[in-house]
Amino acid sequence: MNIVVCVKHVPDATANRTFRASDNTVDRAGVDGLLSELDEYAVEEALKIAEAGDGEVTVLTMGPEPATDAIRKSLQMGAHKGVHVSDDAIHGSDAIATSLVLAAALKRLEYDLVLCGMASTDGVMGLVPAMLAERLGIPALTYAVEVSIDGDRVTVRRDSDTAVETVVAPLPAVVSVTDQINEPRYPSFKGIMAAKKKPVETWTLADLDVDASQVGLDAAGTAVTSYQARPPRSSGTVISDEGDGGVQLVDFLAAQKFV
Amino acid sequence: MPVDRLLPSDEAYDLLALVRDIAAEQLAPRAAADEAAERFPRDAFRLLGQAGLLALPYPEEYGGGAQPYEVYLQMLEEIAAAWMSIGVGVSVHALATYAIASYGSEDQRAQLLPAVLGGEQLGAYCLSEAQAGSDVASMTTKAVRDGDAYVINGVKAWISHGGHADFYLLFARTAADRSKGISAFHVPAGTAGMSFGAPERKMGLTASTTTQVVFEDARVPVAYRLGDEGDGMRVALSALDSGRLGIAACATGLAQAALDVAVLYATQREQFGQRIGDFQGLQFLLADMAAATEAARATYLYAARLRDAGRRFSRQASIAKLVCTDAAMRVTTDAVQVLGGYGYTREFPVERYLREAKVTQIFEGTNQIQRMVIGRDLLRSVSG
Repeated sequence: MNIVVCVKHVPDATANRTFRASDNTVDRAGVDGLLSELDEYAVEEALKIAEAGDGEVTVLTMGPEPATDAIRKSLQMGAHKGVHVSDDAIHGSDAIATSLVLAAALKRLEYDLVLCGMASTDGVMGLVPAMLAERLGIPALTYAVEVSIDGDRVTVRRDSDTAVETVVAPLPAVVSVTDQINEPRYPSFKGIMAAKKKPVETWTLADLDVDASQVGLDAAGTAVTSYQARPPRSSGTVISDEGDGGVQLVDFLAAQKFV
Repeated sequence: MPVDRLLPSDEAYDLLALVRDIAAEQLAPRAAADEAAERFPRDAFRLLGQAGLLALPYPEEYGGGAQPYEVYLQMLEEIAAAWMSIGVGVSVHALATYAIASYGSEDQRAQLLPAVLGGEQLGAYCLSEAQAGSDVASMTTKAVRDGDAYVINGVKAWISHGGHADFYLLFARTAADRSKGISAFHVPAGTAGMSFGAPERKMGLTASTTTQVVFEDARVPVAYRLGDEGDGMRVALSALDSGRLGIAACATGLAQAALDVAVLYATQREQFGQRIGDFQGLQFLLADMAAATEAARATYLYAARLRDAGRRFSRQASIAKLVCTDAAMRVTTDAVQVLGGYGYTREFPVERYLREAKVTQIFEGTNQIQRMVIGRDLLRSVSG
């Protein structure tokens, strides 16, 4: 079984992230990048499925040169090979263009199952998995908290506030997974050493026959028009109990509409 | 902020990144609670073993990582910075491992090392006795040959991982000769006749259990002896220099952790309308702490690089142990000073760091013993 995991290299969510003043795109230079935490769950799920049967896991990413770090981390966790789509024209692409490029790359790969994280930790839109499935003409099963493969069918469980859904689809399919699905493994030292020898291919838009005018900032249907720094955290409200502490607490919670 | 390290290879950078992730996510968050509850974190050693971190400096043929000591020690420093008891535990485990790797027969290595390096088998190191501390050759625990086994009697003291370890690297007397009468043994946990004293009530490193190990007619097969009869002192001494570097790295990590807390606090705490870090008096305190920490790191790394190059490094190992542990004591004490009254409470980690630092000046050869080693080496270099 061939599994392709789509992963994204994002600015570290725990660092001070910002935008580039020149074109209002995410600043990827000033902050350390890493494999999007939400994609680690997809990599882990792919590895579990592959290990349970006879599977091969390919990691696919799109992004500038440092994005190869996201592939390397996945390979260190145990994925078998990587594909990196890198092209200056991609800069500033929105979700629609991202799905276009990833779909073009997937058409050149063999896959039975495409796994994605539920969203990236920088854009946090969560749209690419469904768009990708649409472009590939295969089913999309999103926000899975459990995935099982039975022959040529995939079954996922989705948990919502009001219902637990079981969704079944024929393979190939695109499945996005949540952070509830598993506990991603750490790489091991052996994994780090093994990853150095695993194959990583780099493709350009020309390799994929994607017209550069369809991607990038100019083609994006969305734009960041302005942004401002998060306001500094203000100090909280301190309540001293002088007999009426309980009342004050309830008043505070009521004012915040918590009760 | 992660320490800016100069490492010898790309994989070493990836390795240290992995160590930092594990330390930040799996070790640091539970350190305070486990220390307060005096709970031995056996599972943490398993996790480090699975990640391959206990195997770094050993040969690949036994499942080791074949990494230089320069890299291994920086890994250890990162772990100790997150949780000193684990750093010290890894160093103790390494002492026991080193004896097997260096003096075990081909069979013993093949049989024992994979599980030891993988973290499934945690080691303890039984060298000291109540009356044989710095003067280790005065030990009285006896191993008397009886057929295909040795019968062990005696009490070992200050044994880290006592009662939790899966095997005990034991030194016992097989003959009267002060130093040539000692032999080394691999004793599996559960050996009949072996029992443990109540955990010592220590000032720090409270999650790391320390007990007496009592041997009463415990039978250990001859096949579990490491090296020849009488090789024990040689086994113990050979691990000494590397063990000192392990503690030097742990102490440096502890100093770094204290410095990090102090710097962060100095940027957040305000008095007289400004951050206390903006007062020059406090900046100088922080600067001295940073200077001591970075000098400590440079000192142990120099010794490690000598070791990696196959050069003699005994004196430098003792200097590193002395410099790094004294630095840890000073830096953790000053960190409490920076945090003031808050630093003296258990709401902040620095008072724990201070308590943990003290023992590093004592174990693995007291700092007075280190001075003796250094002094003798200096005189020997002149008079031969």
